[in-house]
Amino acid sequence: MIQLEGISKTYSGEKAVHALTDVNLHIPAGKIFGIIGPSGAGKSTLLRCINLLEKPDAGAVWVDGVRLDTLGPKELRQARQKMGMVFQHFNLLSSRTVAENVAFPLEVAKVSSQRRKQIVADLLQLVGLEDKANAYPAQLSGGQKQRVGIARALANEPRVLLCDEATSALDPETTKSVLQLLKSINQQLNLTIVVVTHEMSVIQEICDLVAVLDEGTVQECGPVVDVFTRPQAEATKRMLRGTFAANIPPELLSRTPNGHAPRRLLKLSFVGDKAHQPIISHMVQNCQVDANILFGRIDQMKDLPFGMLVLELVGEEERLTAAVGFLRSQQVELEVLA
Amino acid sequence: MLQRALIETLTMVGASTVIAAAAGLPLGLILACTAPGHILEQRLINRILGAIINVGRSIPFIILMVAVIPFTRFVVGTSIGTTAAIVPLSIAATPFVARLVESAVFEIDKGVIEAAQSMGSSPWQIIWKVLIPEALPTLVLGLTITTVNLIGYSAMAGAIGGGGLGDLAIRYGYQRFRADVMIQTVVVLVILVQALQMLGDWASRKLSKR
Repeated sequence: MIQLEGISKTYSGEKAVHALTDVNLHIPAGKIFGIIGPSGAGKSTLLRCINLLEKPDAGAVWVDGVRLDTLGPKELRQARQKMGMVFQHFNLLSSRTVAENVAFPLEVAKVSSQRRKQIVADLLQLVGLEDKANAYPAQLSGGQKQRVGIARALANEPRVLLCDEATSALDPETTKSVLQLLKSINQQLNLTIVVVTHEMSVIQEICDLVAVLDEGTVQECGPVVDVFTRPQAEATKRMLRGTFAANIPPELLSRTPNGHAPRRLLKLSFVGDKAHQPIISHMVQNCQVDANILFGRIDQMKDLPFGMLVLELVGEEERLTAAVGFLRSQQVELEVLA
Repeated sequence: MLQRALIETLTMVGASTVIAAAAGLPLGLILACTAPGHILEQRLINRILGAIINVGRSIPFIILMVAVIPFTRFVVGTSIGTTAAIVPLSIAATPFVARLVESAVFEIDKGVIEAAQSMGSSPWQIIWKVLIPEALPTLVLGLTITTVNLIGYSAMAGAIGGGGLGDLAIRYGYQRFRADVMIQTVVVLVILVQALQMLGDWASRKLSKR
């Protein structure tokens, strides 16, 4: 759906800033794609390159089979009408009511006023603001404003929705409800959504795929579950620290129970169905080792349950080897820590 | 006498406010939109226009009034009288209005303009549907300031026979030592300015949905 090829962007000034360096991304249709990274990583610049609010210095931008960066101003405006954008600070027109704000992109696209009314009514219902049609943005809460922003972005039936830190100005409760809204829009309208955020929880909650951006380059890209459970890049690991990484106290790792009995320290990650199965209990029965749970947690990634466990196995050497072998055969992600 | 002077002042100020607003609004919009980083960035046009406006604002009104006499005669056929005074008043207020419009447009959140661009709006649509409506409350306040300024300027219009309250105060109140006329005209001027300011504030509040 969206194809970015070799995108580079440098801000000239007293000290040139390389915001993006040779970024290549493929964003498939119908997915929710997350772009995450620390502030200053170039996330927003990258998102803005998709609808050419930011013109890349080099590279090609393809959306829905059309190359955007070589279009003339008029064609670009037409292409933009088929891309919605949602902003961190909502960017609603303060002089217009909620309904008039949602109608704005329709006016721009020269939709007849009768059809405008119908579309606006439908959209306000979709985002749950039917009763606020005649209110002004100043009278709304942050969450409500962002719902208006989303309704406005959807007005011209876009194929793509770009969200620039759409929930970063909202409290956790409101963030949840806005994310749920995005998720249901993605399913109902089969819309491709690109989400830029610095919050892991946003990616975890709604994204199918994620790209980790740091210092203007893509460090890692793939399905959220893979990237979060088996991070490869240093930037990803840094971000995961404190969330998905097991923070095991060092004393636990170094202590030696029962004198000098052989032991293994294992980190197991379960994804999907595996998280529901009694694998540990099977292992204990089959291999006759003692298992001591040092750390454990279960999370949800979009719709997938995801569990992590740090185990200490104690027993005879060959039994330990057998136990590790058993776990490997169960196709759980396994890492031997000690 | 006072009534006639009041009508002259209202005529001069009213007409020149309307003309200055009509001329200053497009100029201010061009000034704002061609500024670096704005929707129609044109540095050269921006600089030239900015310089012309600065020159216009730096000429003292009394000198301007005399300097444009040939132009005034060309436009209204005479260089003296209330109608003739409208020409220099309008010319003096136009660059002022242009700067007010420019700063009102700059005050609009860049994000709102960016949002309009992201929806595929043309520059023209942004000007009509975003910049003007969003700046309107500020513009109304600016126009109030302009009108009040023009009342002050119009006092000098007596120099070219424009009449008005200020002229009355100078000629009768000051030069002929008529303290009663002086006090009366000043009271009328104070009431006029107060009323205008209140009206402007009220209209701006009414328009602002922030």
